[in-house]
Amino acid sequence: MSSVNPSAYPDTGEKGAKRKAEWPLWEIFIRGQHGMSHRHVGSLHAPDAEMAIKNARDVYTRRNEGVSIWVVEARNITATTPGDKGPMFEPSQTKIYRHPTFYDIPDEIGHM
Amino acid sequence: MAVSKQQALLEFLLRMGDTSLILGHRMSEWCGHAPILEEDIALANTALDLIGQTQLWLGYAAEVQGEDKTADDLAFLRDAWDFRNLLLAELPNGDFGRTIMRKFLFDAFQSVLLGRLLTSTDTTVREIAEKASKEAAYHLERSADTVVALGDGTEESHDKMQAALDRLWPYVGEMFESDAYDAVLVKAGIAPDPASLRAEFDTLVTKVIRRATLDLPEDAFSHSGGRSGRMHTEHLGHLLTQMQWLQRAYPGNRW
Repeated sequence: MSSVNPSAYPDTGEKGAKRKAEWPLWEIFIRGQHGMSHRHVGSLHAPDAEMAIKNARDVYTRRNEGVSIWVVEARNITATTPGDKGPMFEPSQTKIYRHPTFYDIPDEIGHM
Repeated sequence: MAVSKQQALLEFLLRMGDTSLILGHRMSEWCGHAPILEEDIALANTALDLIGQTQLWLGYAAEVQGEDKTADDLAFLRDAWDFRNLLLAELPNGDFGRTIMRKFLFDAFQSVLLGRLLTSTDTTVREIAEKASKEAAYHLERSADTVVALGDGTEESHDKMQAALDRLWPYVGEMFESDAYDAVLVKAGIAPDPASLRAEFDTLVTKVIRRATLDLPEDAFSHSGGRSGRMHTEHLGHLLTQMQWLQRAYPGNRW
């Protein structure tokens, strides 16, 4: 028998009591062993930034994935909305001359 | 009875390994039951760290014992009276608060002890301590922060943490007991006298407990009998029936 006592979970208040607000959501960025920049790996819940770092360490680096962790509270991220996709991104689809592949690279330059 | 250096070393390794094993098993009981997903994974990581340390301590114990046994034999084929873990480790988890308070008290002790073992005259003990002390430092940071967050949290969480501390405090004294084995270990420079760790432990624990707005119990009464093997609590046998069930039911089974 497990000695865990399920009635003692912090989140379960008295019956009918209003459920407490969830901890805020944090977005987690990890720099890998050989990576140059931090990459978004996922999100998790934590009461504050310090605990978000600790939770990120335990959730996302347990298989030796990283050497540095950034956490950002999700509500502090300003993002594009999917509805703006047309005006935001489609105009660049036809501007192929913006790609460096449009230009001939002289042989003397070698590998770029 | 004169204690040989080998006997003292074996006793020490069993005490270290058994405490890690039994507490690791207790922590693993939370797997799938913790209040939130993140905490569930963190607790399971802690349990795995402890079981990893157990493999090292009991692996070396089996080697010193010289009876051609393995760490698994020691973990799964001994009965309650052979175990040398601290009583604190075998107590049931209770609620989440008590689980964390117990872990904090152990982490504080373990981090002080492992720090001293970094200068052990025994190379293998030193190497195990080097690996374990990094894990212990993180465990302590995490459990201490949670003790402070819950102690200095709501009225309900504060009361639960105070109740946990009051309940567990009588099991703290056993960590600092010294006996004939310890005297031999100290003389050989293998391990410190447990009594000499108390002041550092008290400083560390008092600081965290104050930040958590909790009160340290004043009663100095202390249970003992785990690390000496004299008398375990009734909880250890129940724990072993579950932990050892597979090897008992299917002797020698491997996967």
